[in-house]
Amino acid sequence: MNKTYDKRFDGRKFDEIRPMEAKVGVVPRANGSAMFRIGGTIAIAAVYGPKELYPAFMQDPTKGILRCDYNMFAFSGAGDRVKPGGNRRSKEISMVTEKALIPMLDLSAYSGAVVDVSIELIQTDAGTRCAGITAAALALADAGIPMKDLVTAVSVGKVEDKLIVDLNYEEDSYPEGVDLPVAMATRTGEITLLQMDGRLTKEELKKLLEMAKKACADIKEVQIKALKEKYSLGGK
Amino acid sequence: MSDIVRKHTLKLLEQNTRSDLRKLDEYRTITLEYGAVGGAEGSARVKIGDTDVLAGVKFEVGKPFPDTPDQGSIMVNAELRPMSSPDFEPGPPNIKAIEMARVIDRALREGGAIDFKKLCIKEGEAMWMVIVDIYPINDAGNLFDAASLAALAAIKDAKFPKMDAQNKIDYHESTNKKIEMGTMPLSCTIYNIGGKIIVDPTSQEEELCDARITVGVLENGTMSSLQKGGEYGLTIDQVNEMVDVAIKKSKDLRKVMQK
Repeated sequence: MNKTYDKRFDGRKFDEIRPMEAKVGVVPRANGSAMFRIGGTIAIAAVYGPKELYPAFMQDPTKGILRCDYNMFAFSGAGDRVKPGGNRRSKEISMVTEKALIPMLDLSAYSGAVVDVSIELIQTDAGTRCAGITAAALALADAGIPMKDLVTAVSVGKVEDKLIVDLNYEEDSYPEGVDLPVAMATRTGEITLLQMDGRLTKEELKKLLEMAKKACADIKEVQIKALKEKYSLGGK
Repeated sequence: MSDIVRKHTLKLLEQNTRSDLRKLDEYRTITLEYGAVGGAEGSARVKIGDTDVLAGVKFEVGKPFPDTPDQGSIMVNAELRPMSSPDFEPGPPNIKAIEMARVIDRALREGGAIDFKKLCIKEGEAMWMVIVDIYPINDAGNLFDAASLAALAAIKDAKFPKMDAQNKIDYHESTNKKIEMGTMPLSCTIYNIGGKIIVDPTSQEEELCDARITVGVLENGTMSSLQKGGEYGLTIDQVNEMVDVAIKKSKDLRKVMQK
């Protein structure tokens, strides 16, 4: 094999996350909202609800339901314009985002209601579903939805023989590379999103999940800091 | 809207004031950030009070339209995503989004913002297509004016990407070439609520709007587009008065661009 990947393209260490930034309350009209930036990827999530769900036959009399909608702005990518209106990819990501968040939420008090989460990617450089989930978890916390833990997500993967954390676009699109997005509740250690495309051995997966766990713990610090910036009572 | 909020808002307007203590013809604080996102070839983020709008420009290469073989073109698209307001729903652009995009498109096109001949690459074969996408981040009223300002600023901010001999765009390489702009048409929207003429409504005031006129205004005060909206009619005197206010207040919006 032609080894050209001795160092990461942007000079990071193999287990290093790109610079992060999080802010809560960026969409004042919403019941809860947050922005999360990781490198060149910026996600904004807004929560509307709990509110009554229509049509009524969709209601669950035992608990509220969660609805996520993932979307990329037309000019979010550095390449071709993204055609507005969604596609199969955005539908699937909306669905797995829902599944990534719901295990940590307690919607039992909201029978017949819906919690709508809108996730918009305003700028993208890979890892968009993970940034979206991380932002959505913050927005749900901002909206005061009861939760067992904040969900945090990161993509890990492999380029040539190197296992890496937080892939950028160049790494994500590298020939025969592996992309493995993971969402995790770091307090309980539960994995709520797991996808992968590429080829991986059992041992590699084990190592990557450990790397993801460590990265998620670091990202969670940023999430908590953002919440404290809005909600701490006078303390620094 | 609850009856009490409606009555209160109308009562304040009757006393020539508003819930945030502004004068009737006073805008909230306007800020403009050029180059607000990295993916687009040009972008701008405009905030008017809590209203927050992001516009971005992407270039595409296309075949010129048969009736204008020596010209490029522009396309304006707006999407009112459910993120920015509880009133917006997912799905294809609704009539509100379509109207906003078309009114802004007309103001730019008819105002002569862009010399389309300069967007021609090869007559009859290739042209630049300038695509402006507008997205509200937060709708706290007066999206029209914020969107128009963001769209114009994004075009002003845009730099052509590199193109190879086969007319294929390399989006990762930018040139320093900007779009040559003729004029700078801005839309200014004036609202009539219960006989009072106001600018820059909050969402609550917007809900009570009887009629509105969006006026595209050039630097010299010439108009480049008009669009009336709302459920009620306006007298000729009212139209004249509203247009006067629009031309005067468009200067407030324009000031922000120069910084």
